[in-house]
Amino acid sequence: MNSDVTDFASVAPAYPELVIAVGALVLVILGVIINKERSALISWLAVLLIAAAGVVALAMPADGVLFNGVFIADAFARYMKLLVLGGAALALILAMPNSVENGVHKFEYSILAVLATLGMMIMVSANDLMSLYIGLELQSLAAYVIAAIKTDDKRASEAGLKYFVLGALSSGMLLYGASLIYGFTGHTNLQEIVAAIAMEGRSVGLIFGMVFLLAGVAFKMSAVPFHMWTPDVYEGAPTPVTAFFAMAPKVAAMALMVRLVMDTFQPISSDWQQVVIFISIASMVLAAFAAIGQRSIKRLIAYSSIGHVGFALVGLSSGTQVGVEGVAIYMAIYLTMTVGLFACVLSLRTENGYVENIEDLAGAAQARPFVAAIMAILMFSLIGMPPLAGFFAKWHVFLAAIEANLYVLSVIGVLASAVSAYYYLRVVKTMYFDEPKATFAAVPNELTILLAISAFLIVTYYFSVGNALTNWAHIAAGSLF
Amino acid sequence: MTLPLFFFYLFATVAIVSAFMVISSRNPVHAVLFLILTFVNGAGLFMLAGAEFLALLLIVVYVGAVAVLFLFVVMMLDVDFASLKSGMLQYAPVGILVGIVLLLELLLVAGSVFIAPEAASGSGLPIDTTMDNTRQLGLVLYTRYVFLFQGAGAVLLVAMIGAIVLTLRHRSTAKRQNPVDQVARRAEETLKVVKVKSGQGL
Repeated sequence: MNSDVTDFASVAPAYPELVIAVGALVLVILGVIINKERSALISWLAVLLIAAAGVVALAMPADGVLFNGVFIADAFARYMKLLVLGGAALALILAMPNSVENGVHKFEYSILAVLATLGMMIMVSANDLMSLYIGLELQSLAAYVIAAIKTDDKRASEAGLKYFVLGALSSGMLLYGASLIYGFTGHTNLQEIVAAIAMEGRSVGLIFGMVFLLAGVAFKMSAVPFHMWTPDVYEGAPTPVTAFFAMAPKVAAMALMVRLVMDTFQPISSDWQQVVIFISIASMVLAAFAAIGQRSIKRLIAYSSIGHVGFALVGLSSGTQVGVEGVAIYMAIYLTMTVGLFACVLSLRTENGYVENIEDLAGAAQARPFVAAIMAILMFSLIGMPPLAGFFAKWHVFLAAIEANLYVLSVIGVLASAVSAYYYLRVVKTMYFDEPKATFAAVPNELTILLAISAFLIVTYYFSVGNALTNWAHIAAGSLF
Repeated sequence: MTLPLFFFYLFATVAIVSAFMVISSRNPVHAVLFLILTFVNGAGLFMLAGAEFLALLLIVVYVGAVAVLFLFVVMMLDVDFASLKSGMLQYAPVGILVGIVLLLELLLVAGSVFIAPEAASGSGLPIDTTMDNTRQLGLVLYTRYVFLFQGAGAVLLVAMIGAIVLTLRHRSTAKRQNPVDQVARRAEETLKVVKVKSGQGL
């Protein structure tokens, strides 16, 4: 049996993955050798490693199908990989200040985050049901561990266990779907599956398999009705870990979903569209109403992230290139907003520790006007107020849906967006109009920088990065068609 | 009835019965022993299918390592399995319903394969009958499936790091050995040779 990997140059499309994989192994050894107290050094090295992989992906772009068809690199994969890498690196930087208090001071945290990133990159580049599963499992397994990494905290352990049990269930569903698809088409390679479906047409078993497969992926991006784990895990896990979960894995799962439905199930688009439209509407509506009653700020963010996945899926429902472009832009903007949001949450500390409930934010505007102002801007952006970036994200996906004549979906989406304004604005109201109860601690420098960058990009989106991002997303979406 | 067919039904029946006993036996140690029996019968089925390597791997890895590890866990942890199982009958109807749905779907898959046998034969690697299957696996593992193989290795690395980071505790009260100090010790520093005359004592 021959391999298509004959020399080092022939694996050029997989250089970013190789950098991450080899780097992670080096970091494991370094972490054991150097002193326990210097895990911050390992964190910075991990950030540098992820940045290096990003530079390699940008500087040496190489397209192609590798390893006998299990790995694909194209413009779409590259775009999504850069988002994943960005999200992971920023989440690691968010974890640096007060790492001991948050329980993420062990050097293993950064290494597991890097290995999870490797899994996400494999997911984004998966071109075979087997590599899809390996990537997904690598990412999830690392995520289960870092959810419970604060071993002396009951809630973190509970979150880790809950995530593990439900994640194992969803992996089972995904594998069951994959086995049905393999049974009905006789192939595991995504391209060969397309060809088999195009030739033999749809069958009941194939549709069953597709639904199970999409359910498994929907679980990973926490779309309704597979969202139950999200609020509990987000609340229980240490806040920097929650930030990690809310950013990169969602992008990777979304990229996987896009590739599956736009590429593999392209010949049966009317069937997957029903599934995607249903989970999109369910996510938007449930998140908008369930978030209203939340007191904990992390649960609020969890429901908000469920809602945003629903909005991104609006673009995918259209099944067009414009729709995929919308999803790509949406995920980039979602990532930027989430970084800012978590930087705000992590920088608002009172003498009683981190802010847990929304009412603890009372009076933040007087004590920390800069952070409060940025948080207010982020809330308006999350609602989708023009001219902030969140408006353009929603504009792109709803435009695609309207072009595809999905009027009902668009109307429900806009209404859900209006309902969600209530709970976002409640945070702003608490910060600006309620009487202060506690004094807030000083903000670490790293967080201030992240806050400022996030807010700058969101406010000036239309004038600064908007055009470049749209062009880039256009190229990325084009590679799938 | 030919001999292979007889053994197929023997292995399959014992495997199914012992798998049922795993979930229904009251004593957890018995459950693990039935699990081992299931694995051994599975290995027998592999052997009948001509996959000797997988059959032996199943016995070495699952029976030899995993099942024995299970047995240790069951014996060392004081888990009240009886109370864990008390709700089983309550949930049995739902379980049976899910089982029936899955069975129907499996029949759907099997049905279409029987109707269209070319669907099953049109995929996978062609089997070379001139080689034994250990050699065949060896030939594809590091060539065709190198990416998946290394990916699976990364998954195992994560599992190992995860197990260590979640369970290893450095207690300040625990006494630990310092190998460097031990090796650097010299006899003169610690040993004192005393000549004691008989009958005098120290």
